[in-house]
Amino acid sequence: MSTPPGGDLTRLTAAETAEVIASGQASAVEVTRAHLDRIAAVDGAVHAFLHVDEAGAIAQAEAVDAAVADRATTTGALAGVPLALKDVLVTRGVPTTAGSRILEGWIPPYDATVTSRLRAAGLVMIGKTNMDEFAMGSSTEHSAYGPTHNPWDLGRIPGGSGGGSAAAVAAFEAPLAVGTDTGGSIRQPASVTGTVGVKPTYGGVSRYGLVAFSSSLDQAGPCARTVLDAALLHEAMAGHDPLDSTSIDAPVPPVVEAARQADVRGLRIGVVRELAGEGYEQGVQERFDEAVALLQELGATVSEVSCPHFAYALPAYYLIAPSEASSNLARFDSVRYGLRVGDDGGNSLEQVMSLTRAAGFGPEVKRRIILGTFALSSGYYDAYYGQAQKVRTLITRDFTAAFETVDVLVSPASPGVAFPLGAKLDDPLAMYRQDLATIPSNLYGGPAMSLPVGLSEGLPVGLQVMAPTMRDDLLYRVGGALEAALQDRWGGTLLSLAPELPTRQSPAPHPEV
Amino acid sequence: MPEITREQVAHLARLSRLALDESELDAMASQLGVILGAVAQISEVTDAADVPPTTHAVPVENVTRPDVVVPSLDRDEVLAGAPAAEDGRFRVPRILDAE
Amino acid sequence: MTDAVPYAQALAEFEPVIGLETHVELGTASKMFCGCDTSFGAEPNTHTCPVCLGLPGALPVVNALAIESTVRIGLALHCDIARWCRFARKNYFYPDMPKNFQTSQYDEPLCTDGYLDVDVPQADGTVEVVRVPIERVHLEEDTGKSLHVGGATGRIHGASHSLVDYNRAGIPLVEIVTKPVVGTGALPAEVAKAYVTELRDVLRGLGVSDVRMEQGSLRCDVNVSLNRPGEEWGTRSETKNVNSLRSVERAVRSEVERQAGRLRSGQRIVQETRHFHEDSGLSTSGRSKEEATDYRYFPEPDLVPIAPDEAWVAELRAALPEAPSVRRKKLTEELGLSVLDSQAMVNAGVLDAVLATVEAGAPAAEARNWWLGHLAQAANARGVDAADLPIRPEQVARVVALVAAGSLTAGLARQVVDGVLAGEGDPDDVVAARGLAVVSDEGALGAAVDEALAAQPATADKVRAGKVAAVGALVGAVMKSTRGQADASVVRRLLLERLGVPE
Ligand SMILES: [Mg+2]
Ligand SMILES: [Zn+2]
Repeated sequence: MSTPPGGDLTRLTAAETAEVIASGQASAVEVTRAHLDRIAAVDGAVHAFLHVDEAGAIAQAEAVDAAVADRATTTGALAGVPLALKDVLVTRGVPTTAGSRILEGWIPPYDATVTSRLRAAGLVMIGKTNMDEFAMGSSTEHSAYGPTHNPWDLGRIPGGSGGGSAAAVAAFEAPLAVGTDTGGSIRQPASVTGTVGVKPTYGGVSRYGLVAFSSSLDQAGPCARTVLDAALLHEAMAGHDPLDSTSIDAPVPPVVEAARQADVRGLRIGVVRELAGEGYEQGVQERFDEAVALLQELGATVSEVSCPHFAYALPAYYLIAPSEASSNLARFDSVRYGLRVGDDGGNSLEQVMSLTRAAGFGPEVKRRIILGTFALSSGYYDAYYGQAQKVRTLITRDFTAAFETVDVLVSPASPGVAFPLGAKLDDPLAMYRQDLATIPSNLYGGPAMSLPVGLSEGLPVGLQVMAPTMRDDLLYRVGGALEAALQDRWGGTLLSLAPELPTRQSPAPHPEV
Repeated sequence: MPEITREQVAHLARLSRLALDESELDAMASQLGVILGAVAQISEVTDAADVPPTTHAVPVENVTRPDVVVPSLDRDEVLAGAPAAEDGRFRVPRILDAE
Repeated sequence: MTDAVPYAQALAEFEPVIGLETHVELGTASKMFCGCDTSFGAEPNTHTCPVCLGLPGALPVVNALAIESTVRIGLALHCDIARWCRFARKNYFYPDMPKNFQTSQYDEPLCTDGYLDVDVPQADGTVEVVRVPIERVHLEEDTGKSLHVGGATGRIHGASHSLVDYNRAGIPLVEIVTKPVVGTGALPAEVAKAYVTELRDVLRGLGVSDVRMEQGSLRCDVNVSLNRPGEEWGTRSETKNVNSLRSVERAVRSEVERQAGRLRSGQRIVQETRHFHEDSGLSTSGRSKEEATDYRYFPEPDLVPIAPDEAWVAELRAALPEAPSVRRKKLTEELGLSVLDSQAMVNAGVLDAVLATVEAGAPAAEARNWWLGHLAQAANARGVDAADLPIRPEQVARVVALVAAGSLTAGLARQVVDGVLAGEGDPDDVVAARGLAVVSDEGALGAAVDEALAAQPATADKVRAGKVAAVGALVGAVMKSTRGQADASVVRRLLLERLGVPE
């Protein structure tokens, strides 16, 4: 522990923060205040947050402090640690927009299971993070509330859709954040912001209260600065939930133990042949190759593995996800919650619904609704949605075959480093290709992680580890080992190399009205 | 490249309750054509192979709950989020078009 | 507008093909996919939660009892039970449907290929058994209810706006679809009614629903088409909103008459949805322009497949109650009800109710008299079928028991039944609330007896003189002054005692 009283509480890992609080070196309220101050100082430039719940956070931190003071109460492993929640998870009494105009001002009357579990574990929810509208995007530029900026270079994208969560963690606004990953929305932002992001096994974390994008693919997971922190959050949020029928009724894999073990000796690692080459930037490929070599040095056996159907993952995804989305987003109809436009006494309900949805959804969401409506419509279903579900089977078979010879698969997490804001906005296909490497795990359902393995052109590069379903622990074994070895080489974390952000003193309260 | 007509997009927009204007319909038609062209390649593999579709990533069956009543939400809280409410109900514009 | 052709005439000229889609709200305690209470009549929107309101992020979980009930219905209808099936989303926008898709079943229903044998009263007074083939039985969820404001008589047409209540949204709904029923000859309407009656009895026997048509827990859509003998089936119409047994019959009848009228004058039948109006007994076209509906069904990703265990299905099959038809036959034989009598009960649609009343402890004759007598009159006055009256066979049996015990007179018993029909609760509640118990306490009756004697001295003298039959007038006076609550035999004894006349 390297933080004397008066040190910067925002620079601690989550594990360290919890220890500082549990041992009484700092109160949860002090920790929370430090992060709220940091948000006030840098979030004007980063725009990771859509809503900061200062009062709620302080109240929760006070409750943790009371529990710590009361020796009789046992507090969780992350009690008092500030947490940022992607704005796609509903929070009772705290606005939830999913990055969309159509939900502006909506105050949910209930908590997502993830929200209530983390609250119960003593994490302090400090705010809701920015995202591509309804998690549709790879740059957070499709947020209705303006883009988030990459803390490494404010002119670049932080990845998406969970760019806000990744940027909040990278900018030291919160040690932990929750993201959701439908096609890479945790891992690709982690990759381009130099943070750790994990998509757990589908069904490992409850989806109850997660505003649905694509139900068969969506999965919430941890965003952190270290592998151990990610494991701690993973363990706190995962586990069976009777409110989610697709939730797996089995013990959470031993992720924290695996992160601490951080040992790859004897582990068989497969490099996916199809997730390399054309479309992958040279610097990304170089950092990836170096990391693989390092894993070999650490005692892993590395071989190349072919997953021939991965090439079809992207097109299959862009049929399945929009199809499910077109149905999931039908509920935003101006009747029970959210925006209503055109209710002038003259328009019929159908007109009001259509006007509301036209005004409330952004262009990417509309594009996917139309695409999904098309792919499901009679006469096209078999050719599109039906075929895409078959590709899903083929991809699962690729994974199953690969895991007969290796324990985990690795690839670059993202084909490139963070690109400049606006660079791909007019080219949906180019944007979609950001998720080339991450999508296969979503279609298969297995867990996958991105962790930082170095810089290219001064920007972070992420490596992806993919494991069999319910073997989330393997991600952490690999991640923990690789992180330790890399930090030895770097002499610290990759994020310590990030440029300082411009800060703004929080404005003094003005006495005049 | 599959040709998606503006009329088709207009029909899809109607089905999905999106009031798109003329220029949006045009733009959407051409973008959809491009996207569908790019995704059409999946038939290369699925046409040849006799594979069952996968609808659920994790093969679980028979997940049910017992028939037990649990408390409902407070109605005031429910209606507080509604664009319009009247007499404990959600108020909506007239359902049928004026004749 | 063409003239309708009278029913019998229409069926002499055309062959009918009918089909019935019946929706049954299951009587589970909680909703299909959430734990909200299903009880009827609560304040609007008080039985709602994130799931049944379709709030962002909410997810469904299947009610186990709803699956069990559906399988039992399928078994009772002699269906095959699916080894493996999934729910599907049926996508269309409607304000009563919170998610704007209905979680239903599509190409993988829980039960398929069954039948139901129904008793159809024939014109010659006999009863014939008709086998109605069942296509499928599947499970889905009900919608909410809209109240239409600002138009004429709460109709959707002309309303300025509507108010939505989601208490019924998400109630488990079983849809039972027949295959096309052919060969009903001159009796398509009678077969349709007999089918729904029998189906209702089956469902009631299973205890899976309260099958109250007037509360909407059993609803019918009626499909009808006509063709000339030897020709292909005609275009069918689908009449919705048929919400009583007699309306089922009327809806088929009026549609046969309407279609025959069109066909005879060379017009086409439009494939359309029609709405039935209880008041006129006629239907009107539901949609002027046929809207292209495309439900974009796909397997519900938020629910996992249902794979009923074979041993469990076998257990459910073994534990099924006797079919109403079998039970009826057995009971009528056991009780010795004459064939003619049971036919009268079939015609009135009350045989099942009578038998249930007998099973609840009433003597057969009493049960029959109630259902063909006072209750039939009450039903007639309300324009409903007796079996649809808001009284249960057990309640009728209780009234019979109270009469037998001397706690009620025949007149009081009718008042108690009327109280039950008025929604005042069980017979004992009505007796207590209305103070209808027979008074046999001699002290309490003494004053009324003395009063009667004082009021009719001439009659009293006649009795004293030996004309004992004249005491009836005095008894009547006492009964009147006690509003029928006196025990007549006690009154008679007291009067004779007072007059010094030996019995
Ligand atoms: Mg239906
Ligand atoms: Zn509910």
